[in-house]
Amino acid sequence: MKKLGKQTIKFDNPPCITEVASIVGPKEANGPLAKYFDQCLEDEFWGEKTWEKSESKIIKETVNMVIAKSGIPVSDIEYCFAGDLLNQCISSSFGLRELNMPFLGIFGACSTFVEGLSLGAIMIEACSQNVLCAASSHFCSAEKQFRFPLELGNQRPQTSQWTVTGAGSAVLSKNGSGPYITHITSGKIVDMGIKDANNMGAAMAPAALDTLICHFKDTGRSPNYYDAIITGDLGHVGKEILIELAQSQGYNIKSNYNDCGVLIFDREKQDTHSGGSGCGCCATVFSGYFFKQLKDKKIKRLLLIATGALTNSTSTQQGESIPGIAHAVSIEI
Amino acid sequence: MDWLQNIDWFSILKCFVTGGLICVIGQILIDKTKLTPARILVIFVTTGVILGALGIYQYIVDFAGAGATVPLTGFGYNLAKGAIKAVKEVGILGAFTGGVTAAAGGIAAAIFFGYIASLISKPKMKKE
Repeated sequence: MKKLGKQTIKFDNPPCITEVASIVGPKEANGPLAKYFDQCLEDEFWGEKTWEKSESKIIKETVNMVIAKSGIPVSDIEYCFAGDLLNQCISSSFGLRELNMPFLGIFGACSTFVEGLSLGAIMIEACSQNVLCAASSHFCSAEKQFRFPLELGNQRPQTSQWTVTGAGSAVLSKNGSGPYITHITSGKIVDMGIKDANNMGAAMAPAALDTLICHFKDTGRSPNYYDAIITGDLGHVGKEILIELAQSQGYNIKSNYNDCGVLIFDREKQDTHSGGSGCGCCATVFSGYFFKQLKDKKIKRLLLIATGALTNSTSTQQGESIPGIAHAVSIEI
Repeated sequence: MDWLQNIDWFSILKCFVTGGLICVIGQILIDKTKLTPARILVIFVTTGVILGALGIYQYIVDFAGAGATVPLTGFGYNLAKGAIKAVKEVGILGAFTGGVTAAAGGIAAAIFFGYIASLISKPKMKKE
């Protein structure tokens, strides 16, 4: 692999995304992308006693599913990169404790899935044959941790987003028929001083812009090189901000840009306000929808930029601003 | 059907409109400011205490009855009223004991019924 510019890595032998799997909750199952997911749950508990246990089960079953679909024996998968939103990433570490493979827990807030793909790709290029990446989130456990107890039944402001219940996972391999991860651009922490925990899209859009521009500068590519430029969970509010910010910097992304948080829910019918968010948003929409588009060659060049709000409940209560981050992977077939 | 004729419809209307207006203030604060629900809750109770201590809230209670005492501001009013009453009876110590004593019924009922609700129901995902 080779470093391009300041933040981008170009792979000599681009790692292949061999297989993906996704499981989503009931709200996502009523959304426009429902038919693309591998499994849709009927209730948010999935037979468990708590939401946290339910989220662990979702990531566990998603990982089992991707391993089964890939046909690669578990013993041949060498590393697992996984993360989620709950304190100390308990969904993934509890859910994957029986996986019996070297586990590298990661936290990049909602950018975790792409952070996992980036690290997994480096691991493949460095020394591995097969690597597993996964990320999850759950509406109820996230509301409880980051906002208010659901029992309070408080109203959600129009700028707020809906945490996706679901998990996505991918198996990366040294050899395969594609799609391939050709470049990764790892983002910097960008904090524009936004403090509203109900407006994550606005907090993360500048970080997405930073990574987007950096990717174009490092690779020498322009927006129209890609069939699709997709951000993780900026939502309706953040999407508009990013289009404007990019325009002001001389990049027109209007025609080929969209956001997973915008795509996963029907804004009018589902009343999700500014759209979806969470680690599971980018993970499920990529694993469910975009991977199939790539496989069918309907999209040949995809720039996936997962955005994360690096905040926690204590920092919000103490009035801290929300640092944003965005990681990009260029996936081509 | 005698009881129907004895209902004071006008006082019910006053009660409904006053209680509704207090809720409208809350809704405006939710929609137009960045205040969290928890902060709005505290603002309402504190406002009730201040208006109660100044004697202003008593006029609203006299006018609207339960329309003024049931919303959160009524809880604050109750705290203030209890504290003032206890100071008159037992001296300065009453400032610390009176408020909670007056509100004891409400607090104990909230905990009791909250506990019962937690035993017989399960939290669910929001619909919107």
